[in-house]
Amino acid sequence: MIRLENVGLRYGTSSQPGAGSGPLVLEDISFTLPVGGFRWLQGPSGAGKSSLMRLLHLELRPNAGKLVVLDHDLGAMRRDDLPALRRQIGMVYQDFRLLPHLTAFDNIALPLRLAHVPEDIIADDVAEMLRWVELTSKAHIFPRELSGGEQQRVAIARAVVGRPRLLLADEPTGNLDDTQALRQMRLLGELNRLGTTVVVATHNDSLVERFPGPSLRLEDGRLVSDDE
Amino acid sequence: MTNKRRDDLGLRRLLGQEMLPWLVAAMAFLAALSIGGAMEAQAVSWHWQAGAARSATVLVPNPDLPLARQGDGPETTRFDAVLRALRPNQHLAQVRPLGPEEIGRLLRPWLGAATDPRNLHLPGVIALRLDNDSVDLGKLNMDVAAVAPGASVEGHNAWIGRLLNLASTLEACAFAVLALVTLVAVAVVVAATRSGLAARRETIDIVHGLGAPDRYIAARFARRIAASAGLGGLLGTLAALPVLFGLAVLSAPFLDGGGMAVPHRLADVPPLLAAVPALPVVTALLSYLTAQSTVRRWLRSLP
Ligand SMILES: Nc1ncnc2c1ncn2[C@@H]1O[C@H](COP(=O)(O)OP(=O)(O)OP(=O)(O)O)[C@@H](O)[C@H]1O
Ligand SMILES: [Mg+2]
Repeated sequence: MIRLENVGLRYGTSSQPGAGSGPLVLEDISFTLPVGGFRWLQGPSGAGKSSLMRLLHLELRPNAGKLVVLDHDLGAMRRDDLPALRRQIGMVYQDFRLLPHLTAFDNIALPLRLAHVPEDIIADDVAEMLRWVELTSKAHIFPRELSGGEQQRVAIARAVVGRPRLLLADEPTGNLDDTQALRQMRLLGELNRLGTTVVVATHNDSLVERFPGPSLRLEDGRLVSDDE
Repeated sequence: MTNKRRDDLGLRRLLGQEMLPWLVAAMAFLAALSIGGAMEAQAVSWHWQAGAARSATVLVPNPDLPLARQGDGPETTRFDAVLRALRPNQHLAQVRPLGPEEIGRLLRPWLGAATDPRNLHLPGVIALRLDNDSVDLGKLNMDVAAVAPGASVEGHNAWIGRLLNLASTLEACAFAVLALVTLVAVAVVVAATRSGLAARRETIDIVHGLGAPDRYIAARFARRIAASAGLGGLLGTLAALPVLFGLAVLSAPFLDGGGMAVPHRLADVPPLLAAVPALPVVTALLSYLTAQSTVRRWLRSLP
């Protein structure tokens, strides 16, 4: 379960609680997302979608309010406990964030290696992911030799391969053509059906129309609508 | 490739371009020299200390004057009387009178070849070798003076003390150099680690976001840095070996009762035998720990 109560966020020089000194980027955000739920996160550019995703990914601590991710109250957690929780969260970054010195295969394998999964199982799982994102032929190519859409598909595969309990996808179809966008959204839908809680941020309203689902709407750092 | 060897952070190429091994090699070279210097100084000073404690010199002024005769005994010189008085003493392992030639030879460096020491008014000299460290030189001094007024026994404490001071000063200097070199090496490792962290900031952020614990990131950096520094330590130590051998050869005469026995292999110099292989290992270990703590401190700025 995910629950936010009156969460506020400011950027600053430090990510420690209460240390941000910039303007409020998120203000008074409250919502609950049950296990296995799905949400679109919509809103215009600059509304704070990526910032909210980073909060859910435990990359930032809120400056105000209470944040519960996968049943863990962030306020009560020690820094040392966060990595284990993060490994249960898959994140597709808006800017992909692939490791430039690793091949597509090794980028996708990384979350499994961090979880000490045996190499033979990794080989199978990564091969299956590569098939799904249709990049089997580019398994041993480095990110700089991949197109934007191909990099995005590697990023999706990396987020999904560990079967996370929570999947956060920030504009995951921004660089994909329609066919690929549909295919990747089907992948996320499949994962959701298997029990993963999924949040997809996008400012692409036509994508939301094609895959109708409950949505959270952010505007200027405030939650203006919550379908539930 | 096992999971442990995998270069997920791309450090092999990054740190392969660093100056680190060469800088550490220079440090290890200096460290090897100062360890070698300190050990030789220590060995020589121990040797001198033991030797000095077991030798003494008897000086008899006016050695050829006849001793005031007592009763009907045969006439004898002051020198012979002192010599005779010393002989029966069981604590003296060796009593050796120095003849005029030998004294002349010892004095030549100071007096020059032109001066014949026989024309000088020199005291008679008897070299003593004591059979243990606890011989009472004060009592011996009184005994000697009783036989021939003015005669005296001199332990070698004064000049050996000065030599020991010199040796321990050299030793202290060597350890100060060692401490300084260690500090500089630690600073070099910290700087290399920080520059590696800065160059891989993006990668670390990503891996951290994927849920890598600090110990994973720290261990990877530390292993790379330690391998790099360990290699430097090995190169520096190897480069120092010929110099250390030379040092051992130079100090050998002082260790061997004035003879010229020279160790033919480094293995003949026991302290170096232990210190030399230890140096690259210690370098690698120190670098590992330094890099670990540097990375962990740096990671604490991440959420
Ligand atoms: N690292 C940062 N430091 C300071 N301010 C930031 C930072 N990241 C984002 N912001 C600010 O926070 C606000 C929200 O940014 P955010 O990236 O969350 O928007 P978004 O909804 O994801 O936009 P987009 O649809 O363009 O991706 C913006 O005004 C932005 O300038
Ligand atoms: Mg965004």
